[in-house]
Amino acid sequence: MSREADQETITIRLNGDERQVPAGLTLRGLLAHLDLHERLVVVERNKEIVRRGDYGEVAVRPGDIIELVHFVGGG
Amino acid sequence: MAVSTGRPRLDEPLKIAGRQFRSRLILGTGKYKDNETMVEAITASGAEIVTVAVRRVDLDRTKEEGILYHLDQEKLSLLPNTAGCYSAEDAVRYARLGRAAGFSDWIKLEVIGDQETLLPDVEGLLAAARTLVGEGFKVLAYTNEDLITALKLEDAGVSAVMPLASPIGSGLGLLNPYSIRLIKSRIQVPVIVDAGVGTASDACVTMEQGVDGILMNTAIAEAKDPVRMAVAMRYATEAGRHAYLAGRMPRREQAVPSSPSAGMLD
Repeated sequence: MSREADQETITIRLNGDERQVPAGLTLRGLLAHLDLHERLVVVERNKEIVRRGDYGEVAVRPGDIIELVHFVGGG
Repeated sequence: MAVSTGRPRLDEPLKIAGRQFRSRLILGTGKYKDNETMVEAITASGAEIVTVAVRRVDLDRTKEEGILYHLDQEKLSLLPNTAGCYSAEDAVRYARLGRAAGFSDWIKLEVIGDQETLLPDVEGLLAAARTLVGEGFKVLAYTNEDLITALKLEDAGVSAVMPLASPIGSGLGLLNPYSIRLIKSRIQVPVIVDAGVGTASDACVTMEQGVDGILMNTAIAEAKDPVRMAVAMRYATEAGRHAYLAGRMPRREQAVPSSPSAGMLD
């Protein structure tokens, strides 16, 4: 069995879907886990925008509602 | 692409919220078939401001990587929008996300009232405008062609009033030139016509009303050749602007000869 399968996970609501992510992540860790560039993504956690400088300090907790947004084409 | 006439200055720059722009054309970045065409069209149009939307990151990564990779922010100012928002509360939320994403406090505020026409919800628009101005946003407010709403938006402290020419994405052109002129005559902040322009003549006629600029997306993105349409829009916007500044001749019901009536042979 791989180490990852052994790893403890938590459930969060991420961009509208329930999702299992490793326990103990910060937002920075979450973005890295998702392979996303933190410079290009804005994080809203439980309806509060998190300042980019705080990604390394804010912990992801079970039940968090997290929205990851960025700019797309629009008029 | 200023045409040289030997005159020192053919037009004033467009001034919005203390910033100056040479181009009076603002472009949306939606609906292009690919990013290369979009970038080429923006360049061809001469636009210095482009709008972008705020949406969820696609976590499956099947589609796009985000538009910021493709837009040169040294040359282009990004104007996030609140497109798709149907309440003041949603619009304020999207505006805050846009500010966090782009490091700029400019926002193109849309509060939509109806899915079929995408016409603005004036009540929500005014409420959101007041909140966002209070939070230090530079609000460019998409609105209908109603003077009273425009006056209230200006009172609320918006940086530009953006009445529609016709519904978003309709390409019907300028339906109500009188109302647009009326708004322009009463509003001190820039008036930028947003939405409804379908082709170059629409852009030209719109600028001939004396407005400060035009924002468009679909007319270019959905043209068979978007880059060429962007060129056409650039010329049309400038042509309409100069025609307005030049002042048109009066309309007459009778013909008046252009050649002298004197000196004719017997």
